[in-house]
Amino acid sequence: MPKVTVDGQEIEVPAGATVLQACELAGKEIPRFCYHERLSIAGNCRMCLVEVKPGPPKPQASCALPATEGQEIRTDSEMVKTAREGVMEFLLINHPLDCPICDQGGECDLQDQSIAYGRGGSRYHENKRAVTSKHMGPLIKTIMTRCIHCTRCVRFSEEIAGVDEIGALYRGEDMQITTYLEQAAKHELSANVIDLCPVGALTSGPYAYEARPWELKKTWGIDVSDAVGSNIRIDSRGREVLRVLPRINDDVNEEWISDKARYQVDGLTRRRLDKVWLRKRGKLTEATWDEAFKKIAAAKPGKSIAAVAGDMLDCETMFAAKALLKASGSGLIESRQTGMDYDTSNLAAVNFNSGFSGIEETDAMLIVGSNVRWEAPLVNVRLRKAASKGAKVFIVGPEWDPTYKATFLGEDASVLSNLPAEVAEALKAAERPAVIIGAGGFAAGAHASAVKIANDFNMVRDGWNGFNALHISAARMGALMLGYAQDGGIADIAKAKPKVLLALGADEVDFSKFEDSLKVYIGHHGDKGAHAADIILPASAYTEKPGTYVNTEGRVQRGDKAVFAPGDAREDWTILRALADALGVTVGFDSFHELRAAMFAEVPALAHDGEVADYGAVAKAVKGNASPTGAIPSPIKDFYLTNPIARASAVMQQCSNELILGDTLAEAAE
Amino acid sequence: MLEDKDRIFTNVYGFQPWTLDAARKRGDWDDTKALLSKAQDDIIEEIKASGLRGRGGAGFPTGMKWSFMPKESKDGRPSFLVINADESEPGSCKDREIIRHDPHKLIEGALCAGYAMRARAAYIYIRGEYIREAETLQAAIDEAYEAGLIGNNASGTGYDFDVFLHRGAGAYICGEETAMIESLEGKKGQPRLKPPFPAGAGLYGCPTTVNNVESIAVVPTILRRGASWFSSFGREGNKGTKLFQISGHVEKPCVVEEAMSITFEELIEKHCGGIRGGWDNLLAVIPGGSSVPLVPAEQIRHAHMDFDGLKELGSGLGTAGVIVMDKSTDIVRAISRLSYFYKHESCGQCTPCREGTGWMWRVMTRLETGDANVEEIDMLYNVTKQVEGHTICALGDAAAWPIQGLLKHFRPEIERRIAERHGAVAEAAE
Repeated sequence: MPKVTVDGQEIEVPAGATVLQACELAGKEIPRFCYHERLSIAGNCRMCLVEVKPGPPKPQASCALPATEGQEIRTDSEMVKTAREGVMEFLLINHPLDCPICDQGGECDLQDQSIAYGRGGSRYHENKRAVTSKHMGPLIKTIMTRCIHCTRCVRFSEEIAGVDEIGALYRGEDMQITTYLEQAAKHELSANVIDLCPVGALTSGPYAYEARPWELKKTWGIDVSDAVGSNIRIDSRGREVLRVLPRINDDVNEEWISDKARYQVDGLTRRRLDKVWLRKRGKLTEATWDEAFKKIAAAKPGKSIAAVAGDMLDCETMFAAKALLKASGSGLIESRQTGMDYDTSNLAAVNFNSGFSGIEETDAMLIVGSNVRWEAPLVNVRLRKAASKGAKVFIVGPEWDPTYKATFLGEDASVLSNLPAEVAEALKAAERPAVIIGAGGFAAGAHASAVKIANDFNMVRDGWNGFNALHISAARMGALMLGYAQDGGIADIAKAKPKVLLALGADEVDFSKFEDSLKVYIGHHGDKGAHAADIILPASAYTEKPGTYVNTEGRVQRGDKAVFAPGDAREDWTILRALADALGVTVGFDSFHELRAAMFAEVPALAHDGEVADYGAVAKAVKGNASPTGAIPSPIKDFYLTNPIARASAVMQQCSNELILGDTLAEAAE
Repeated sequence: MLEDKDRIFTNVYGFQPWTLDAARKRGDWDDTKALLSKAQDDIIEEIKASGLRGRGGAGFPTGMKWSFMPKESKDGRPSFLVINADESEPGSCKDREIIRHDPHKLIEGALCAGYAMRARAAYIYIRGEYIREAETLQAAIDEAYEAGLIGNNASGTGYDFDVFLHRGAGAYICGEETAMIESLEGKKGQPRLKPPFPAGAGLYGCPTTVNNVESIAVVPTILRRGASWFSSFGREGNKGTKLFQISGHVEKPCVVEEAMSITFEELIEKHCGGIRGGWDNLLAVIPGGSSVPLVPAEQIRHAHMDFDGLKELGSGLGTAGVIVMDKSTDIVRAISRLSYFYKHESCGQCTPCREGTGWMWRVMTRLETGDANVEEIDMLYNVTKQVEGHTICALGDAAAWPIQGLLKHFRPEIERRIAERHGAVAEAAE
């Protein structure tokens, strides 16, 4: 713990800290452009110069200089002031003065710092540099004349995303940031460079010229596009969500979000269900709430009522539906829409027990049927960190590009009951071995086998739990905690032939199995579920209601309501509460607070915001075939179109066309 | 004046072949095994005692640089020697003569230096434009391998030492040691932040020393003839012999090996046939390659050509690429051209150099014709100060110094041009 002096104030800093961190600990603000906590140190902007003794008689880049015992650091000397002014002047001489039309305006590091550290005027009277803008795909808009060459985007794409998509061409003042041959940036996290860019060189394409940051209402939310539960900030104006930005949460999403989480929000205004619809003579026609409730009551379901929960539901909605069914005398609830029937009696055996930050510490892992890059891009970032620290990675299932070194063991699940010697040795020798079973693994029925592997290799040991289930549905863990699972999966529900089927935002269900049921769709988008429904009750999307979500590592998190739902749409729980009246049953709550209180009483873990629920020990064995065979499928066919909101989003459609189908389409056009 | 018997580079003019046979006749590779029978630290001490300072420009004591290398590898990482043959400094042309006419001096030096710093291999990074030189050097390396002088059990010493030749792609900045390491690794040639210094983590993350061609090529001779012989030349702190490269307005431009600390006058009179048009016609001299500030005629004539002597004059010895300019020179244009060079060669990594070199060049082009205001002279000086010392590597300094030298010594000339042009413009307006 070296002691340093910052502007005369003595302070002890952690070993390995840089001078910049020491200054921050002392409460001094150090301006910077290229330095970023989560990226490697480049030291190229030269904005963070400070005076350090002992050392050469010139200012030093504080971001790259280790703090050592007895250093005398000055951040307020004349030398530092002149140096900062000089660097700021250099940055500005070739930076266009187009702040009034720049989307970064109001949240621009260069703007802020030039006010704080710049000179009043310019002494540069030569022509300014102009740089042609580069194509970086549908999400990233570039105005490269504004670029200050901090290389944050280059380092992000190399270090975090793990793809060499962005780089710098040429040298000196001709240096230009671009993608290789101006191809689109294809990585699932590519749009994070927009947040990283300290100026307006890389801005958001879909959000271009939409709003100024100070006009926006900022609401804290939880992303539902995958099961990571990324912490997001929802920026809205009036009734429209204009953009989504990541919030920092080191345990979950660090500082990033996937492109889908960021850009599916334009889908929130398209294909919305904003009226009540009834199917009359095979055609959906507009109706009133009363008519709809009467029609449901007329079906006289009694206890023959079932509920299927969709992938993006909050726990409150699921609890309200469960309460309604319980009051009616039914327990027919299920959340695994596609028919999976893995054993859920032990929640630890369906949970990501290592945790996202914990999985970075693994030194050998076996991934069973998971395209992690598509199922949970932010988890892949963690796995990449583990791999770069030397972890051995083996993958069973269809091939994909993990961005780190991994050995593929083939698509057939039979390899699980007969692991190659190399894999067995690596897992045996590892201090913290891990297995990750993904959506493909569950679909192929490899759950019992994965649990067996975890137990065979003693992956659950003191201080380490290496059994991990990676779900792709944001609602999954919450649903399982609330009991949304039948032994035989959704087939059990079909077998019970319920008179009324409540499809709660359920769009992946095979509704042909429910021909005889009255299908009531309670959701927000006109997708598969609504097409099959007899009655549509318009509900709220994740930005339009407060809600509790449990991510795949069992972390309970809450999001707030950013905007009101459009038209006649209501918050889901109010619809279910009204339906209870129509059916003449009592659910025991009249307000959202009462609902939450009842939910907490039933599942106390849900009350602990931000905490990981304790599911106990991983079972020694679970029900199911421990030696599965057959090809492992890849459940996600298109990263950008996995949920009804994304499917309604023009931006996601464009991404799908350009980034996933692009090559095929181009080929077809020839 | 240096006597012929004390010359290290006896074939610098290529009067004899460069081949191994010819080199052996000149004394190269003569019982190298005996040289390497000394302990490694003794060799380093010998080089320290000889007072050899790096010949690449900065003049850091070579022996001390070697002593920073680890004595033993604690984690299995090998050490490397990188030889900087990316001679791109305008005005410098000594390494080229060594490589094309005396390559075996360099290869033998690589082995001796590599052995002393416990390096596993030497990488010679040669300037891309040196095409024939690279061919010669590669042929010489092949010869040395074939004769068992390098490679496994190099020269019968039991020491394994490889020499690799790597051709650059024409970037001046790759002559900076860490940019060179980046380039060797296959990356874009941009200097690294220091620390860590290459002696701790250099090429492929392994301990590395980067030395200039001349620094390495003189090593075998120093070891053969002894540190005291080498240090008998030159003033205190500036020992040894040095290849001077005199170009520009002298009667006979040449590359010549001379004792350090020779006066400028003696150097020019003895080897170059004097200044074109006589000493009264001398305007200024850039004594150490384009990166150092110029020295006006009246100060340079009796100056000692060594590190400290030129430092006193506000300049530097650099690579000893002496650029002589007589009074026919448009001095502003000359420095402006150098500014263009640095603007063109800036790697673009860090802000002051990337933006500053272009700014300085643009102002310089206007100063050539006097198309500026007098205040801009001070502003330009201020800009050079804003670049100097604020960059990752020394290219920023190198770009700033020539202009500072010009402003310091030739300000009246610039002001005259500005006044003249203003006068002409005013006249035309009437």
